[in-house]
Amino acid sequence: MDKTNQSSSTIQCAHCGLPVPKGLVQTGADKQFCCAGCRIVYDTIQSCGLDSFYRLREVAGETLQPAKPTHSKYQAYDAPEFTRLYVQPLGNNAHSIELLLEGVTCSACIWLIEKLPEVLPGVIEARLNLRAASVRIAWDDQRVALSQIAQMLDRLGHPPHPAKGQGKKAMVRRESRKMLIHIGIAGALMGNIMLIALAMYAGDASGMEPIYRTFFRWLSVLLGVVSLGWPGAVFFTSSWRALKNRSINLDVPIALALLVGGVAGIFNVITGRGEIYFDSLAVLVFLLLVGRFVQYRQHRRADDAVELMFSMTPTSCRLVRDDTIIEVPVEALVSGDIVEVASGEVMPADGQVTHGRSAMDEALLSGESIPVTVSTGAKVFAGSLNVGQTIRVRVEATGESTRVGKLMQLVEAGVQDKPQIARLADRVGFWFLPIICCVAAVVFAAWWSAKGMGNAIDHTVALLIVTCPCVLGLATPLTIAVAIGRLSREKILVKSATALEALAQRGRILLDKTGTITRGQPKVVRYIGEDEAKALVGEIERTSRHPIGRALHDAFGEYELSGRLRATLGNVTERHDGGICANVGRKRVEIGSLTYMRERVESIESIIPTIDLLDQAGETSVIVAVDGAVRAIIGLRDEPRDDSQQAVLSIDKLGWRPAILSGDRPAVVNAVAREVDIDPLSVTASATPEQKLKIVKDCARMRRTIMVGDGVNDAAALAAADVGIAVHGGAEASLSAADVYIARPGLMPIVELLRMSRHTMLVVKRNLVISLTYNAVAGILAAAGLMHPMLAAILMPLSAATVLGTATWSVWRYDWHGKSAKI
Amino acid sequence: MDVLFIVLPLAVLMALVALVAFFWAVHKGQFDDLDTPAHRAVLDDEVKKKE
Repeated sequence: MDKTNQSSSTIQCAHCGLPVPKGLVQTGADKQFCCAGCRIVYDTIQSCGLDSFYRLREVAGETLQPAKPTHSKYQAYDAPEFTRLYVQPLGNNAHSIELLLEGVTCSACIWLIEKLPEVLPGVIEARLNLRAASVRIAWDDQRVALSQIAQMLDRLGHPPHPAKGQGKKAMVRRESRKMLIHIGIAGALMGNIMLIALAMYAGDASGMEPIYRTFFRWLSVLLGVVSLGWPGAVFFTSSWRALKNRSINLDVPIALALLVGGVAGIFNVITGRGEIYFDSLAVLVFLLLVGRFVQYRQHRRADDAVELMFSMTPTSCRLVRDDTIIEVPVEALVSGDIVEVASGEVMPADGQVTHGRSAMDEALLSGESIPVTVSTGAKVFAGSLNVGQTIRVRVEATGESTRVGKLMQLVEAGVQDKPQIARLADRVGFWFLPIICCVAAVVFAAWWSAKGMGNAIDHTVALLIVTCPCVLGLATPLTIAVAIGRLSREKILVKSATALEALAQRGRILLDKTGTITRGQPKVVRYIGEDEAKALVGEIERTSRHPIGRALHDAFGEYELSGRLRATLGNVTERHDGGICANVGRKRVEIGSLTYMRERVESIESIIPTIDLLDQAGETSVIVAVDGAVRAIIGLRDEPRDDSQQAVLSIDKLGWRPAILSGDRPAVVNAVAREVDIDPLSVTASATPEQKLKIVKDCARMRRTIMVGDGVNDAAALAAADVGIAVHGGAEASLSAADVYIARPGLMPIVELLRMSRHTMLVVKRNLVISLTYNAVAGILAAAGLMHPMLAAILMPLSAATVLGTATWSVWRYDWHGKSAKI
Repeated sequence: MDVLFIVLPLAVLMALVALVAFFWAVHKGQFDDLDTPAHRAVLDDEVKKKE
C-alpha cells in the first residue's frame, strides 16, 4: 500500500517521505519514521481510518514537511476568556471558530482536515481554506470540547492557532465582496451596451429607421450612466479625494474622460445629434476595476501569509495557582500571577524570576546575539525566548505596558512618519492632465474657428476619451500583481506595490546584524589550549540545551573520549549562572564564562589579557578548567552566513549602499562588518530602538532608505523606512511594521527581491511607452476628426490586451538567475 | 421590427436577474475562496476511484 517505503535505496519516512536518519532505522519494523512527530501523526491517521490521505498525497505530488505535533493539551481553548475572544456562537450549543493551521501544504490536507466530523463526533463541519491555511470549524460543545478538537488537529500534524484580528478580516471580506459586485455590475452593463452598440453600428451600415436609432441611443445612455455612476464612482471619489489634497493621481485624467464622455453623451442623446461613446466608457470602467481587483487579491495573499506567522506567537501560557498548573490565554494574565515558562517557550509577559535559573535569548528584543543568564530575582521580558530550563516568573507587566508593548507604540510613531512615495502611475497622471488639457484647448479652438462650435465639441470629446490613460491604469497594477505573485512563490511576501517601486530605485540599505547578516547562533571560532580538553568539552556538553553548550558540542563532539575516561565521566550539572561542571575520575572539570570561573579558578588574572583580546575580536569566551587550573580558552562568535559577503556585494552593485545598524556590542558588529566588506564608517553598534528609529528617519530624509531587520528592536525603524524588510524568524512586531516579509533565511532573497523589482519596473516603463504611443496616435486621429466611436471601441481593448499580454508574459517568464537577472 | 422595443428591455431584465444571482452568490461567500473548491472536487473522485 505504501510505496514510499521501498522505493529507493535510502529508507523513507512512512509519513513525510523524507529519508530516515541511520540512527533511527528500526530493524524488522514494517514502517520507518524520521522523527517521533511523524510516527504519532501516522498512527493517528491510521487509527482514524484516514489512510487514503497517503494515496491522495501521491496524486497531489507534494512532499510533506516532517510533522511537528506540539503535544499541548490546549486547555486554554476551553477557558472563558478564549471563548470570548475567538469563538462565535451559532445557537443550539453550536459554536464556530476560525483556526490557522501549520503545515498545510497540499490538496491532500484539505481532505484530511475536512474528515474531522467523521473522526470526532460532535464536530459539525470543517472547511479548509488552502490559500490562507485556515479552517472554519463548527462544533457542538455538549458533545466535544474545543480543546479535544485542537488536540486532534495537533496529532494529525497541523497544530492550530486561533485567528487573530477577526474585525479586520470581516472588513477585508466586505471590501473584497464589494469590489466583486462592482465588477459584476460593470461587466453586465458593458455586455449589454456592447450588444446595443453592435446593433447600432450594423444598423448604421445597412440603414435603419431613425426611431430604432433613437431607442438604441437612449437605452445605451441609460445603462452607461448606471455604469459610470455606480461601479465607476470609485474613480470620481478617488480623484476628488486627490484634488482635495491638492495632488493629482492617475484617476484624475480617467475621471475627466469618464465625466466629459458621459456628459457629452447625455447631451447628444437629448439633442439627438453627434456621437455617443458609452460602449468605450463601459469597457474602460470594467477593465480598470478588474485590474484593481487582481492587485488587491495579490496584496491579500501576502497579508494572509503574514497573518499565519502572526498567529503562531503564543496565545496561551501556564499559570501556577495553588501549586497546580493551568493553561490560560495570555490575555487573561494580570500583574502578580506566577507563570511557568519551559525551555523553548516565549515569555508571555514582563516579570521577575521567582524559581530556577535559565538563559534567555533576547535577540529579538535587543539584538544581543548571546543569550543572557537569568536567576532568581532577574528581570525577564515578554518576547524573549527561554533557551535554558523551566523557570517560574512573577508577572509585573502585561500587554501594552510590557517593554514590547511600549516598543509597539514607537512603531506606530514610525508608521505615521513614513515618507510618502509618489507612485510612478500617479506621477505620470500629474503630467498627463495639464498636457491633455492644453491639447484639448488647441483642438477645440482650431475646430471652432474652422467648422463652428458643435463640431469643435464633438472632436474635443472624442480626443479626451481616446487619450484616457486606461491602459496605463490597468497594466501597471497587473504587472505589479504578477511580480508580487512570482515573489511570493519564492517566499518573499510584498505587502505594498509602492514598496516594489521604491526597491527598483537606488539609495541606502541599513542591515541589522543578528539573524540577518549572521546566523543568529554562536559558533566556535577559536581554541587556545591543549587538545585533550576538546574531547572532554564535547562529551560534557552533549546534553546541554544552552546555545553555547550546543555550539561547543557541535564543534568538539566528534573528538573521541578514551573509553577509560568516558567510563568515569559523571555528575554533569548545568549551572545556570553561566557554566557547567562534571567529574572525570577524581578530577573536576568546569566549563564556563569568566564571571562563572572567577570564584572557581585560582590565578584567573593571568588569562585576562587573552580574554580581552577575544573580546576585541567580538568573540564570547568560554574557559575550560580542570581541578581549578585553566586548560583551554574557547572563542565563540555569531558568524556571518556563507552567502552574506556575496549578497552584500550584489546589493551594493544594484545601487543600494549597505550599512549596519545593530544593537549588539561594537566589537562584535565591527568584526562582522569587516568580514562582509561593509565600510566601518557606516556601522552603528549598541543602538537602542529609539536610536535606530532616529537614524533611519535622518537617513530617509536624505535618500531612499531600506531597513532590514528581524527583531522587535528593529520594528520602529522598519516602519519609518521607505521600505522595511522583515526577515526570516522575525518577531510579530517587525512583521506588522514591515512592507516586505522574507520567509527564507539570509540576505540572498533580498538580492532576488531587488532584481525582480527592477525588472518589474522596467516592464512597467515599457508599457508606459507603448500605452502613451497608443494615446498619442489615437489622439492625433481624434484631433484630425478621423476617430469614429466604433474605431475607439475596437482600439481600446486591443491596446489593453497587447500591453497586458506582454507585461504579464515578461514578468511571469522572468528567469531568476539567467540573462534577465543581470539588469 | 417593433419587437425590439420589448426584446431589448427583456434582455436587460435577464441580465438583471443574472446579476441578482451573482450578488446572492457573492454574499453567500462563494467567491471568498477561489482555490480550495477546485481541489475538493478532485479529491472526492480520487478517493472513490481507488476504493
